[in-house]
Amino acid sequence: MAAGLDSPQGLNGRGRGARRRIGGALYRRPWLRGLSLLAPPVAAFTAVYVAALAVLFVSAFWGVDPFAGTLIRHFSFDNFRTLWDASVYHTIALRTIGIAAAVTLTDALVAFPIAYFMARVAKPRSRSILFVMVLLPLWSSYLVRVYAWRLILNKEGVLNWVLHGFGLPAANIAYSNTAVWIVFSYVWLPFMIVPIYAALERIPHSYLEASRDLGARGSRTFRSIVLPLALPGVVAGSIFTFSLTLGDYITPKLVGGSSSDFIGNVVFDSVGVSNNVPFAAAYATVPLLVMGVYLVLAKRSGAFEAL
Amino acid sequence: METRTTRVTLGIFTGLVIAFLWIPILLIVLYAFNSSNVQSWPIAGLTTKWFSPAIHDPAFQDAMVLSLKAGALATGIALVLGSMAAFGVHRFRFFGRESVSFLFVLPIALPGIITGMALNSVFVFWHVNFGLWTVVVGHATFCVVTVYNNVLARLRRTPTSLVEASMDLGADGFQTFRYVTFPAISTALISGALLAFALSFDEVIVTTFTAGAQNTLPLWIFGNIRLGQTLPEVNAVVVLVLAVTIIPVVLAQRLTRESGLLRTE
Amino acid sequence: MSKRSWAVLAAVAAGLMLPAAGVSKNTGGTLNMIAWEGYTQPQWVTPFQKQSGCTVHAKYAGSSDEMVTLMRSGGGGQYDLVSASGDASLRLIYGGDVQAIDPTKIPDYKNFLKTFQSPPNNTVGGKHYGVSLQWGPNTLLYNTKKVSPAPTSWGALYDSKYKGEVTVPDNPIQIADAALYLMKTKPSLGIKDPYELNQTQFDAAISLLRGQKSLIKKYWALASDEIDLFKNGDAVIGASWPYQTNTLIAAGAPVKDVVPSEGATGWLDTWMVSKKTKNLACAYKWLSWISTPKVQAEQAIYFGETPVNKYACAEMDKLELGSCAKYHADAAESYFKNIYFWKTPIADCGNGKKDCLDYTKWQQAWTALKG
Repeated sequence: MAAGLDSPQGLNGRGRGARRRIGGALYRRPWLRGLSLLAPPVAAFTAVYVAALAVLFVSAFWGVDPFAGTLIRHFSFDNFRTLWDASVYHTIALRTIGIAAAVTLTDALVAFPIAYFMARVAKPRSRSILFVMVLLPLWSSYLVRVYAWRLILNKEGVLNWVLHGFGLPAANIAYSNTAVWIVFSYVWLPFMIVPIYAALERIPHSYLEASRDLGARGSRTFRSIVLPLALPGVVAGSIFTFSLTLGDYITPKLVGGSSSDFIGNVVFDSVGVSNNVPFAAAYATVPLLVMGVYLVLAKRSGAFEAL
Repeated sequence: METRTTRVTLGIFTGLVIAFLWIPILLIVLYAFNSSNVQSWPIAGLTTKWFSPAIHDPAFQDAMVLSLKAGALATGIALVLGSMAAFGVHRFRFFGRESVSFLFVLPIALPGIITGMALNSVFVFWHVNFGLWTVVVGHATFCVVTVYNNVLARLRRTPTSLVEASMDLGADGFQTFRYVTFPAISTALISGALLAFALSFDEVIVTTFTAGAQNTLPLWIFGNIRLGQTLPEVNAVVVLVLAVTIIPVVLAQRLTRESGLLRTE
Repeated sequence: MSKRSWAVLAAVAAGLMLPAAGVSKNTGGTLNMIAWEGYTQPQWVTPFQKQSGCTVHAKYAGSSDEMVTLMRSGGGGQYDLVSASGDASLRLIYGGDVQAIDPTKIPDYKNFLKTFQSPPNNTVGGKHYGVSLQWGPNTLLYNTKKVSPAPTSWGALYDSKYKGEVTVPDNPIQIADAALYLMKTKPSLGIKDPYELNQTQFDAAISLLRGQKSLIKKYWALASDEIDLFKNGDAVIGASWPYQTNTLIAAGAPVKDVVPSEGATGWLDTWMVSKKTKNLACAYKWLSWISTPKVQAEQAIYFGETPVNKYACAEMDKLELGSCAKYHADAAESYFKNIYFWKTPIADCGNGKKDCLDYTKWQQAWTALKG
């Protein structure tokens, strides 16, 4: 890491002098230093990633020759017209956005108390253990964790076994949108816990003391101090849960039912199945626009600082 | 400010959430010892027969090697580009500074399928052969932000007076970096790198679009799940990976006090 | 950062790099293949690599459609070989993605059952685009405890008796299964071939499938989906491959499969060679190797399908007694009259009118159906 900057020890005097001069020049001209540091990463990003995105969305206006599968670089709104006209694409888009919103809400509600406990109640030692417990699941394959949920939700699975043990009626939620919602909430939960934790942990203790000294009770302090200051963390976490759900196609495929296709499934099939990248790109503008709006709103709430 | 009841309730809730997070993982561990290759509850029988063939499967070994290489390279790129950008943004105020943050957040905030498709089209357009390096580029795009955010946050907490003191005492810029700045950000680099590696190691969607004929570990896993012929082998591999990663995760946790998912302070 | 942390970091880094050592490299060339999972098992790939000196890299595809796209990615040339099913092979041939091969260079070619030497899904205009590999019927699978009397017709999949407990493949080619059922039960539609449907016939098939949708628990995408569905009681009847049946029986599930009275659709896979391969010599070595009776038998038993080489039958029985008969590897030519092998639907269905619906239409209809 940064090996190029860490020059070898014992340079001769002249080398040191040159180094000092360059260092001094850079220190006195922060814009020069900033530029030389920023230019390579920004240029690399723009050349590879932003350019790729731009080309992709230009191609949304192109078409594909159905027989040979080659691109027709001719500007048209045909792909968007198809998306607008066929109601199936509306249904799928609404299902995707709806479940992504439900997952985000669920994760925020579940993550907040645990993040609060970790940041403000737990002792340092148990806090470390909790942190490892929250982060370690991320190291066991996402695919296998999703797959494990089938064993839980199956008709003769763990959940119904437990329910039966308590004499409760069986839940029939395997292979349904409910299952998709539960599993998404599960896999993205750590991505919500950590930013909320970070935001809560940053709240200076003096604020809470001041609030108490001014006569506020616990609930009032929570509403007026903790919640507003934790909000950027919640928004930051929601960017992950929302976007990760929006762009996924594997979980709906593994645990979904007979009508569980997501935007991602249609996009993936358009690329993988019909080799119709333009159509896929056109449909992918839906999550792109949704995320664009979301990011602008998030930026206003100061969540970028908390990412 | 919390009452005792609040604390206890929060503690119980935390316990339940941790259980929720870990029950599927305990099932994965249990079913690595399943004697049947079909998963059903309760377990058909216990055996350790899946571990040895899993480790000796050349397809698994190749996938593991590719995943480790791709993860290490993507993390390396992320460390270089991410810390450069963080330093640049930190001390240098300019119009559009916010846009730089926005730019690096984009690959992680936009759905993976968009990143994957976009990169795929570019590679196809330039006739790049799909392989290790296309995977690395794909992963590096969303890894940079983890290092960038961690380092930037740490720099903001490190007082500039330290740097000035170092300069006043006669150290040149590089010495200041070596003895003052770098030690201050080193733990941020570790947690950023660890997260970058974790993200890369488990990534499926972008990889699907950027991998060639060689499989990364998640792609190997997906292939095995598809047919389910040797499903417990997949679980065995996951258990082994988990067992191996406990050590670095715990160590990093100790090292950095609170290991950040995205940003630690 | 303290000395100790450096040591830890170095140890972690070293641990990461360690497995990179000791990867074997062959010198004879590399074959990049697109294959179905289970088609490039070490059992027969490792001896091939040793014997030929060619290294095999396999990319697993989830569907025939994915295979076509992968073959075309990067303008073709990324992959040397593909194990294409019948619903993909014609697209690859007409798309100019694969090259004609010379079957006389494959020693075992002459031992293939007649049906598979020049089947219409890989032989066009007398030219052979690859060698047939294995085949299998799409069977009707049911839970013997929950479904009685035992079904004998595909009609069981459209019967509301099993509402919420039916599963069929998530694949546009499934429309042909509906068409096959209509072909036998509604002669007035005049369906001659379930893969050659005009608009009226196609609409009839789609409306049959739309009615079926409310009965479906899940459209299975992976073979393991269907295995889980049956093993854990979520589905009791469905369209299947012999592979699922055998896996479920081995796991003690009460299931049975049958080729119903209407006959069945089936798949026939072909190893095809990319037009842009840089390693034709290795590709021919692979085609020859994969056609030998022993490898054919190994793959048949691993995947649960039927070899095309007639001498594979004896090898199968050597590996697992009775497996030859179980998979119909000893079937007479007449058996195949009942099996309608997958082929890519194209607009031109031989009546000179080009009024059939091509595969793009099938795909769109399938997406809309699932919605």
